[in-house]
Amino acid sequence: MAEFRLEMRGVSKSFPGVKALDNAELKLRSGTVHALIGENGAGKSTLMKCMFGIYKMDEGEIYYEGSKVSISDPLSALKLGIAMVHQELQPITERSVAENIYVGRYPIKKLLGFLPVVDHAKMHSNTEELLKKVRMNFDPRQKLGSLSVSQMQSVEIAKAVSADCKVLILDEPTSSLSEREVEALFTIIADLKRENVSIVYISHKMDEILRISDEVTIMRDGKYIGTWDSKELDTNFIITQMVGRELTNLYPPRDNVPGDVIFELKKFTSINPRSFRDINMTLRKGEILGIGGLVGAQRTELMEGIFGIRSSSHGTIEYMGKTLKISRPRDAIRRSIAMLTEDRRATGIFPVLSVEDNVSIASLDKYLDLGFVLNNGKINSLVQDNIAKLSIKTPSNKTLIKSLSGGNQQKVLISRWLANDPDILILDDPTRGIDVGAKYEIYCIIADLARLGKSIILISSELGELIGMSDRILVMCDGRLTGEVKQETATQENIMALATSFE
Amino acid sequence: MQRATNQANWPRKIVGLLKDNIIIVGIIILAVVVSFLRPNFLGESNIRNLLGNTAVRFIIAAGVSGALITRGTDLSAGRVAGFAACISAILLQNREKNVSGNFYPEMGQLPVILVLLIVLAICAVIGIVNGTVIAYFKVPPFIATLGMQTLVYGICLVYTGAQPLGNLDPRFTVLARGFVLNPIVSYPALIALAVGLYMWFLYNKMRHGKYMYAIGGNESAAEVAGVSVNMTKVRVYMLAACLYGLCGFLIASRSGGASVNTAQGYELEAIAGCTIGGVSVNGGVGRISGILIGVLVFEVLKIAMQFMGLKSEFTYIVQGLVIIIAVALDLRKYLAKK
Ligand SMILES: Nc1ncnc2c1ncn2[C@@H]1O[C@H](COP(=O)(O)OP(=O)(O)OP(=O)(O)O)[C@@H](O)[C@H]1O
Ligand SMILES: [Mg+2]
Repeated sequence: MAEFRLEMRGVSKSFPGVKALDNAELKLRSGTVHALIGENGAGKSTLMKCMFGIYKMDEGEIYYEGSKVSISDPLSALKLGIAMVHQELQPITERSVAENIYVGRYPIKKLLGFLPVVDHAKMHSNTEELLKKVRMNFDPRQKLGSLSVSQMQSVEIAKAVSADCKVLILDEPTSSLSEREVEALFTIIADLKRENVSIVYISHKMDEILRISDEVTIMRDGKYIGTWDSKELDTNFIITQMVGRELTNLYPPRDNVPGDVIFELKKFTSINPRSFRDINMTLRKGEILGIGGLVGAQRTELMEGIFGIRSSSHGTIEYMGKTLKISRPRDAIRRSIAMLTEDRRATGIFPVLSVEDNVSIASLDKYLDLGFVLNNGKINSLVQDNIAKLSIKTPSNKTLIKSLSGGNQQKVLISRWLANDPDILILDDPTRGIDVGAKYEIYCIIADLARLGKSIILISSELGELIGMSDRILVMCDGRLTGEVKQETATQENIMALATSFE
Repeated sequence: MQRATNQANWPRKIVGLLKDNIIIVGIIILAVVVSFLRPNFLGESNIRNLLGNTAVRFIIAAGVSGALITRGTDLSAGRVAGFAACISAILLQNREKNVSGNFYPEMGQLPVILVLLIVLAICAVIGIVNGTVIAYFKVPPFIATLGMQTLVYGICLVYTGAQPLGNLDPRFTVLARGFVLNPIVSYPALIALAVGLYMWFLYNKMRHGKYMYAIGGNESAAEVAGVSVNMTKVRVYMLAACLYGLCGFLIASRSGGASVNTAQGYELEAIAGCTIGGVSVNGGVGRISGILIGVLVFEVLKIAMQFMGLKSEFTYIVQGLVIIIAVALDLRKYLAKK
């Protein structure tokens, strides 16, 4: 038997203007979890897409169980037993969970002995089995679109598992999962490992990597840096190898001083009875307000309610002493409220537009000459500034955003709202999919904004980030506000206790 | 991340460019061949004719492009232009010679510009209805404008009594034949040029343009980014219908008459021109310069077929094929580049 289940050697891949992979390699042993890490744009996803046959390598070879293979498309990868859960999920939201899992390979039965039809009963019972395997229990007939992002992801994993794979690629699987769901995922991974599946695990979360991986490969600028046994590694070493320099602090020092209350919600309630209800909260000038809670606590829904994406049935929003009526995002933006939404793909990026258009779209009103002509020169320099400030990796500002790496797309969206210069900035999981170095930069930007008197509402699924960055943390559970903790007294335990105080 | 060396890339780039514009390349080759076989092809009268046809169709295509870029479509284009042609013809009938069959014989001769304004106003209303139905009532653009197509045709039949309209005011018909310096630089060509410049400015230098591309790129993201999605759509369809109106007005002037079948099917030619010129039916992509090239190339194809003596029955078959191929290639481009 070969030493490695799968080996990639000397892989290079260029896109117009970028060399995404430069002699990269990966050696994957059977029955192990292999972490693949590197900064945003290091080429991790690209390498995996080469393995999965989505991209064609310019140079390089792939060996499977010791023999050379050519993988020309995802189908041939699947045939070899390679499955992939993508960084950017591509669900068919209008169809059922079962259909999403079995699309393209529906179980067939013969009606009246000859007419081939889809065997729905079998498909649904199989799906139920699979969902149990990934420790989920919802109805296979449910529309996929009715699930949360994290539930959709579990469906994706179930789909990969159902293909009976030998190699499973997980590209940032936990970026939208709650702690509890992460635990569930780890159990699934352990199960798979026991069945001798090899797992490639891409993540920006150091603690996870150290906990579940057996080996770690680090990439930088498309190049292979090295592979280590996880037991020999610590966070500092990884970060230094990854970034190429040392990082000492996780969170920047903050010297913002929260002032008067400028924003207040009173008895704010969703029109959906299962969503947020009776929310009373205040926000001060220059304050960073964290919102904690488990996935499903309706934090995102509450924020979308404030921002006019969802409707409220009653309750009021008061801003600077006046009652606001916000029925769509445009109303909120006019009042200098901005929101970075959770789902980058659905409500964030314009894939076929340039980085420049993606940054400037929400602030065009500020760049008009004579009231109607866009000042493209000014817009251009605004975008350049933002690219530099957030160190966004892009060949130019005319590059289409869809060709940027996931983390860099996120940074573009953050600059969209920075460019808009809002007084209240709602950030729904802003560091999702962002590498450690860039995270620190984003924390610095948040701290700066607060010092300048802007108010920030920060939702995060990482407790560490909430505690490290917020002046005050409100905790939600099941649509209700269950408590408030000050930064000085905040601990993982008291936040979790509030987050799980179900009625 | 390194910059890939540019020198090594350029042959690949050129091949890629040719591949992406395969239809344009093919038709240019055809035109060259035809001009060798039939030297008249490059004669002045043919060029003038070609530019005149292109001008009229470019104006329609420019209108349709807004709908396509916002991920919609406008199938009412041809019939609205036809209706506009009929209104223009009726209001600008020659009333000096009192021929029987004149509409409004009591009415005096109206100023040409006033009639143009009336036509534009009527078309604007049609466009606003299209846009409102699509934006606020969420009727799919395909259905909404298909309905409007039939509706406008019906109104046109009722209004004109289905009779062909001729005998127009000479001040009106001379308009399309007028030119500056050289007959090739005809008034319709100049008007089309002005429309093109205006549309370019609108698409590249104004908020409305950026909003259009954003809506086509990702409508929910546009909403969240504060784009006034519904108003933008209404404006798109309104402007489009005004352009159809202008086009119908010019057609009536060029041909010295109009009938209920004037400009029938122009929407499909316009969509073809747009797609050949790089407007994606997937939304969010397209440039005015591309549309001009697309329309021009499509007209060259039609005239080349005429010159080669192809029967008009067959030219329809070829046109239909080219339209399907253009859209198929467009969709493939986006699939391949995923
Ligand atoms: N389809 C594409 N077209 C052009 N450039 C691309 C394309 N896909 C990736 N790239 C470029 O290749 C580089 C590597 O991207 P990749 O997505 O592999 O990064 P990554 O390591 O997965 O980063 P992240 O952690 O942000 O997801 C980036 O600079 C990106 O802009
Ligand atoms: Mg990635």
